This record gives sequence, structure tokens and C-alpha cells, in this order.
Amino acid sequence: MKIAVCIKQVPDTANVKLDPETHTLKREGVESIVNPFDLFALEAALRIKEAAGGEIVAVTMGPPQAETVIKDAIGFGVDEGLLLSDRAFAGADTWATTAALAKAIEGLGDVDLVICGKQAVDGDTAQVGPGIAQRLGLPHVAFVKGFREIEDKRLVVERQMDDGYDVVELPLPALITVVREVGEPRPPSLKGKMRAKKYTVPMQGAADLGLEADQVGLAGSFTQVVKVFAPSHSGERRRLEGSEDEMGAQVIDALVDNQVIMLGS
Amino acid sequence: MDYFFTEEQEMIRDLCRQIAEERIKPVRAELDEKEEFPREIMKALAQADLFQIIIPEEYGGLGGGCLENCIAVEELSRACCGVSTSYAASFLGAYPMLLFGNEAQKEKYLPLIGSGEKLCAFALTESSSGSDAGSIQTEAKKDGDSYVLNGSKQWITNGGEAGVYTVIAITDRSKGARGATAFIVEADDPGFSIGKKEIKMGIRASATAELIFKDCRIPADRVLGKEGLGFVVAMRTFDKSRPGVGAQAVGVAQGALDEAAAFARVRKQFGKPIITFQAVAHMLADMAVDIEAGRALVYAAARYIDSGAKDFSKVSAIAKVFPTDMAMRVTTNAVQVLGGHGYMREYPVEKMMRDAKILQIYEGTNQIQRNVIGQELNKEYGRKK
Repeated sequence: MKIAVCIKQVPDTANVKLDPETHTLKREGVESIVNPFDLFALEAALRIKEAAGGEIVAVTMGPPQAETVIKDAIGFGVDEGLLLSDRAFAGADTWATTAALAKAIEGLGDVDLVICGKQAVDGDTAQVGPGIAQRLGLPHVAFVKGFREIEDKRLVVERQMDDGYDVVELPLPALITVVREVGEPRPPSLKGKMRAKKYTVPMQGAADLGLEADQVGLAGSFTQVVKVFAPSHSGERRRLEGSEDEMGAQVIDALVDNQVIMLGS
Repeated sequence: MDYFFTEEQEMIRDLCRQIAEERIKPVRAELDEKEEFPREIMKALAQADLFQIIIPEEYGGLGGGCLENCIAVEELSRACCGVSTSYAASFLGAYPMLLFGNEAQKEKYLPLIGSGEKLCAFALTESSSGSDAGSIQTEAKKDGDSYVLNGSKQWITNGGEAGVYTVIAITDRSKGARGATAFIVEADDPGFSIGKKEIKMGIRASATAELIFKDCRIPADRVLGKEGLGFVVAMRTFDKSRPGVGAQAVGVAQGALDEAAAFARVRKQFGKPIITFQAVAHMLADMAVDIEAGRALVYAAARYIDSGAKDFSKVSAIAKVFPTDMAMRVTTNAVQVLGGHGYMREYPVEKMMRDAKILQIYEGTNQIQRNVIGQELNKEYGRKK
């Protein structure tokens, strides 16, 4: 089985700080990591490979330094990697991103399964996975939490829902996005890390993918980010004083007055 | 301190540190409390290729030596000696195959051990045969194309968890120390079973059990080396493995200093952090001095062994005695620095103190190590006359 895993380089959000003046993310000095949800995608791919054999290719789009996430993927045991990098890709929204990723996956040839993390922790759109499926004309299941059956031409997966899960059968080739429950990512391996050190990450630009400049990046996007900001806390604030009982009573009064709760008679 | 590791050695250290932080530290107290064997962690170590470290490249391993093993063991021990004991014991069982196995044995067992598919164990000690290894009672009698083992082994690390065991048994009692032979026993061999599981003071995540051989029949091709080499196999194995115990000691001592120094910076008495009191600062300073001396010794001994040195019993014994005695001092003082907190199970240092104690005892007590060093000194100075 040939599996393509889409991964993204994101700022290490566990260590991101906000600029107190501008309220924007301080990106300088913040380490870049593999999007945590994509680690679950890699783990899912490695488990499928262990069960059914095959080959895994990790694909990412980003600036040249995004090759580190491909090397990380090689460290986990992925067979090959591909970096899509081109000045023309800059400013891509999810539509333009899926244009490039879909072409790249098509170019890999005979991919049976595409796996993505459910979303990236920086953009949080969860659109790229389904978007790629749409462009490639593949059936897709999002939020996969487990696998029931893995066969050459068919997959039975569990899709996480708010209240339980669905069991979905889908023919291959197909695309899935996975959630945390799919399995704890394994540690990188020594052999993988050694291979990653020497591995030259293949790179492709828009022209290599057969895409025009107006199909990718900002030019190929329907949306663009105008501003990133932390929402300000507005609205009325009131400071309560008194004993705990008194303050509690005041909170309840306020909630009743504002019709947030109703007291029974 | 920079010990000038190769890129590969740094990779081993960093990966082990990552696994220790992410997977061992969060569960070590629970494993200790429940005396639970860390199967999930062993699986992660296997996935990370850490069981491949000392396995030669021709058998799918990484072809590392004593130093690479010490680096890995030190980092794992910094988080939990119970886990590192389970890990290191697999190599203890594998060394006899590496050193004395024939091609067929190496081809069959080393890839299984390297991949982590099977854990390995080493079985010498018996209920009435500890330091006096020559007094073992377990017997192996040749019977056609097989050997039949009878007897029992005590306190065997990874007992019940391992798939492959190196077992030392007597094949000819009349020959004394030359009458012992090393065998490979598989967990599902007929007549082999696991007896009592021990309840221990420390390293409680590791499995320690009795092995019982009752007319246990194994093929004759499971002999390591040849008949009569049993004690040579055991001694050569220990010579290779002892710096690894030293590395465990350096690791657990470093883990204890990490806790003690961090605590002393935040714990305030008389309005000041206790690290600003000279009595406490000097204790921490002595711990740091002790640890660095132990670490330098372990690495130097490991490098000496890896250089192809022929006779390294003394070096190996020295690299076990000093660090393990040191770790006992350091972990005890770490509990002292934490005071009442240190005595509580809520903090990790009391476990480290319990764990450190075994290092002075197993793989040859520190008294036996001093015998080895003393005998070698006697030889050396005898030659000089």
C-alpha cells in the first residue's frame, strides 16, 4: 500500500508568547515543530504499513526550512519525503494549498491512501484534508479514530463523533484525517534519525507541479488574512465584595437579572 | 562538561533523554508503586532501535560498543532505574551470545533481541550461590542430541518477561569451575517455568523472578562456546556489562541532583532559598563533584574497553564500584536536602535512594569487585618485581 501523509510545520504553540503591545504571536525565536495532529497521521501510516506493508511518503508545503519536518518524518520511519517550496506558494489559503498538495500527491503515482491530521494548530481550519480529497476526486472520512479492517482495496474505519463513533467502509484510493485516539505517536528511531541526517529532501515548485502562478499562493487564494489578533475583553465588568456567601448571592442575582438562569419557585 | 561524543552518540543521548522525559518520568512513580513491568516503555525503546545499540550491523543492529550502551543506560536511569534495569538486563543476556555464540546462534537470536521482539535475561545466581558462583547446583546432562536441565535460578532480572535466557549450569561436577556450561534457553522450552516473583525494595518496575528447570530438554546446539566454558562466559559478560551498572549509578545520581538542586532553589526557610545556605550548597556541590567524577570514569572505562583492550576486569570493576557507592551517597543526600519532603513518596528522591542500593549489590557486590581489583593489583605488582 502506498500512503501519502501530509504534514505541516507550525510554531511550537506550547511555547508561543503574545506580544503585549501588538497582541500578535511572537514568532521570532519560537521553535518550529511538526503539527501535533500530523504526528498522529504519521503514526497511523506507520501502523498501516506494519499491518499491510507498503511505502510511506511525507509531503509538506512551506519555506525551505520546512525540510526539517520531512527529516523528522524520516526519523519516525517514513520512507520518502517531498517538500513543496516556491515563493509563489506564499500567502496560500486552504484552497491554494490544496491545489499544490493535490498535484504533488497525483505526481507520486498510485497512492492508495492519503492521511492528514485533522487540523493544524496554527490555522485550525481542518479544511486541507477534505480539500485535497475533493480536488483528487477521492472519497474521504474525517476524524478517524481507529481502524477495523485494512485491505488492499478497502478500509473500514471508526469516525469519531460528538456522541460515540461511526463505522465507515470506504474503497481505496481514499483520504482520511485522523484524531488523537488513532494511537500515541512512537518515538523516532535511531536508524531513522541517522537516515534523516543524510537524507536529501526532494523539492518541487509550482512549475514542477504544472501549476500556474495564479493558481497558487496569495494569487490563487479566495481568502487572505488581514489581521491576526487576540480578541479584546470588552463588556461590563463588576467587582464583587463581601463574604463568600454574600458574593455568591450577588453572582446568582446578576445571573437571574440577566436571564442567564431561572430560579425555580 | 563536553565528553566529545560522536554525532551518533549524541543522537543516542538525546533520543533516550526524550523518551525518559516524555514516557518514563510521567509514569515512574506509578510503576514503582504498583510493581508493574514497563511493557509499553520497552515497546517504545524497541521502536526507537535502542535494543539495537550493541547488536552488530550484520545482524541488523547499530554496532555500538560499551560507551553507546552506557550513554543510553545513563539517560534512562536518570528518570527510572527500574526501567533501565529491565533494558540493560536484555543486553546482559545478549552479551554471552555476542561474545561466544556461533554463527547460527547469532543469526537466530541477535535480530530478535535487537528488534526488541524478545527481551533477554541472564541466569547465574541461585538461592545458595551468590558471590560464590562456583557453587551453583543447576545441572545439565547430555542426553543424545539434547541437554536436560534440572534445578532453579533465583533473582533473575526479566524473569518471566524475557523470551530468551542465557543460563549457566553444571555439566561436569568433578571439574569444579571448569565444569559449568552456558546454554540458551527459550521461554517455551518444555520443562522451563517461572517460579516466585520477588517483591523488592527498589527498581520495582523491573521483573525479578525464579526460573525453574524440571527435566527441561533443549537441543544440544544451544551450548554457548563449548562445554566447560560457563564461568568464562559469565566473567567475560560481566566485564563488558559492569560499566553499564556504573552508568546507571551516574544516571540515578544525576536525577537526584536535578531534583535536589531545583528544590533547594525554591524551598525557602528563614526567608531565603535554602540553596543560599552554605551547608546545603556544599552538599549539592559535593554531589556535583561526585557525579562528574563517576561519569568521567564510566566513559573512560567504556572507551578503554571499546578500544579493543584485552584484559579489562580491573577497569570494569573500578567503573562499577566507585559510581555505585557514589550514587548511594548522592541519592541519600538528595533525600536529606529535600528533608521531610524527600522522605515522602510524593517526591521522587526516596525512590532514587531505594533504587540506588541495588547497584552496589547486583552484577557482583561491590565487595566482590574489590576482590577482583585486589587480585589484579596483586598480579600487577607481582610482575613488577
